[in-house]
Amino acid sequence: MTDYSGTALPGGSSPSRDGSGPGRVARNGPIPRSALAQRMSLLGWSLVLLPGAVLGAVLATLWITSISIAVLGAGIPLTLLATVLVRWFADLHRQWAADRLGEPVPARPYQPTPDAGWPVRLWTILRDPATWRDWIWLVVNSITIWLSCGLSLLFFVFGVVYLTYPLIYQLTPSQVFRTPMGEGFRLHSVAQSFGLVPLGPVFLLLWYVTAVRLANLNARVIRALLGPTEQARLRARVQQLATSRAESVDTQAGELRRIERDLHDGAQARLVSLGMSLGLAEQLLPKDPQAVQQLLAEARESTSSALTELRDLVRGIHPPVLADRGLEGALKALALVNPIPTTVVTRLPGRLPAPIESAAYFAVAEALSNAIKHAQAQQIRITVEFAPHRGGVAGELTMLVSDDGRGGASIDSGTGLRGIVRRLAALDGTLTVDSPPGGPTEVRMSLPCVS
Amino acid sequence: MRIVIAEDLALLREGLIRILRANSFEVVEAVDNGPALIRSLTTHRPDVAIVDVRLPPTFTDEGLRSAIEARRQIPGLPIMVLSQYVEQIYARELMSDRAGAVGYLLKDRVTDVDQFVASVRQVATGSTVMDPDVVSALLTHRSTDPKLLELSPREHEVLTLMAQGRSNAAIAARMFVTEKTVSKHSNSIFTKLGLKPSEDDNRRILAVLAYLEG
Repeated sequence: MTDYSGTALPGGSSPSRDGSGPGRVARNGPIPRSALAQRMSLLGWSLVLLPGAVLGAVLATLWITSISIAVLGAGIPLTLLATVLVRWFADLHRQWAADRLGEPVPARPYQPTPDAGWPVRLWTILRDPATWRDWIWLVVNSITIWLSCGLSLLFFVFGVVYLTYPLIYQLTPSQVFRTPMGEGFRLHSVAQSFGLVPLGPVFLLLWYVTAVRLANLNARVIRALLGPTEQARLRARVQQLATSRAESVDTQAGELRRIERDLHDGAQARLVSLGMSLGLAEQLLPKDPQAVQQLLAEARESTSSALTELRDLVRGIHPPVLADRGLEGALKALALVNPIPTTVVTRLPGRLPAPIESAAYFAVAEALSNAIKHAQAQQIRITVEFAPHRGGVAGELTMLVSDDGRGGASIDSGTGLRGIVRRLAALDGTLTVDSPPGGPTEVRMSLPCVS
Repeated sequence: MRIVIAEDLALLREGLIRILRANSFEVVEAVDNGPALIRSLTTHRPDVAIVDVRLPPTFTDEGLRSAIEARRQIPGLPIMVLSQYVEQIYARELMSDRAGAVGYLLKDRVTDVDQFVASVRQVATGSTVMDPDVVSALLTHRSTDPKLLELSPREHEVLTLMAQGRSNAAIAARMFVTEKTVSKHSNSIFTKLGLKPSEDDNRRILAVLAYLEG
């Protein structure tokens, strides 16, 4: 499967792994695994994270110490080095939390470090709120990790120990493992130690029930402290909106120019020539009725051509059937005049907002004509579905155009799909293509609807 | 011949009335919205209704829907739909009751007054007249239908003209052949499309329908 979702985003960078993407493509949750395997892997993780928390505490100390000696000069490079280490360490945890929660890693929240002298760099780092949030996280982490991973590990170890207590009792020297509940409770024989075995399953059950929740709690703490601040999120969003607005303004202006040119060279010119024919006819009427008849016939032809041109122009701006029948009817009309058999399946709650209908229609029409031109398909299928968000009229419109053709379509190979990407981006929509060589091809488009 | 017109643009409405009156039709009423159209049709029961697709109050396909609704109440009511654009989906809906007597033309076909007047008369007498745009779209796009693929180029041509509502004589004149040749072609078309011999006009409509249904 080729996933072009990354390039479809207005930000234009890859979606998740490197931690630098805009992170708007949600993956479908963590990779499904058996419940037990998942918990065992978490157990393994706690063995990594617990020493990690200690390392974190060391880093936090190192960092704050190097700042405090920054006035001595040597503290500056030390702080910069420590910062790099802290950020790398934080990135590892961001990735872990993202995998755990099944959400993409948000962008690295740090402000770019200027290419200047060390004191300036240090000043930028110190002013960056993300730096301080990192530091707070290092401190908090050393506690929460012990609470979450530590507790989980403790439950597991207790469970195993109690379950095998008679064996441990038997194998250890007579002084150790004799007071499992403190000094007041002393075991005197193997038989007595069997009394502790039922505690094993209890602890293991406790571990089994809490392991995932504790790990998720830990991941949420990481996300809350290491994710971008509201301000950083807004900055990224503004950046992305500015880009898509610039693009849509360009597209709009181009479109207006095209309409103006078409009117000027087409319908307008034809109406002028019509007027000239009629003028001449008026003049010739008394002298040459034969010629007048000829001129009038030409004039009539001229109106026909002008109307045809205007009709095509109107269709390009807003297809009348879309205005009459909405998205569903317009897509059905589109499928009807298609040379390749096309099925249309829609699940729509009546009419959608006009800009959404229009954008969706042109996107599907373009994807469809792409399929007709290049895919050599026998069958095309259009599926359009509206999924409302919970508790509101807003929602997500998904459009699928799939064909059984030869595949190999990509956003980078032609202007067709790229054009749709630009059109959709203006409305925060996305496009992904799944088209392995040999087919089949599926173009998936989505548009958020707010009202 | 009594006619009801539904057209919301006054200029076009007056133009239509003028053309029709000049050709000795009787325009019994001219309305400008959907509900009035249904009322007028059920009261006057004209020989033909000439209807614009887009009408108030919705300014969408009110005219089309009102015409179909009126036809439900008056079975077989001949309807001539005029529109700024033609959509196959609308042509299908108009013919969905298979009772024939439907015309669906682009508004600018009216400018060829003779042809337009002939079309109105044909619809009034129970024929079906499809706009050449619809027919040519069908011909270029639906040629994957095995039944239609069997038609010879000559038969295709005859069916195209038939779908435009022309009589055998008109088709013959247009193709520079005798009327006998045309009727030979059309019989062959009916056989290939699997239409049983019955009333000739009805088979013509069914042939067009077969086209529309691809």
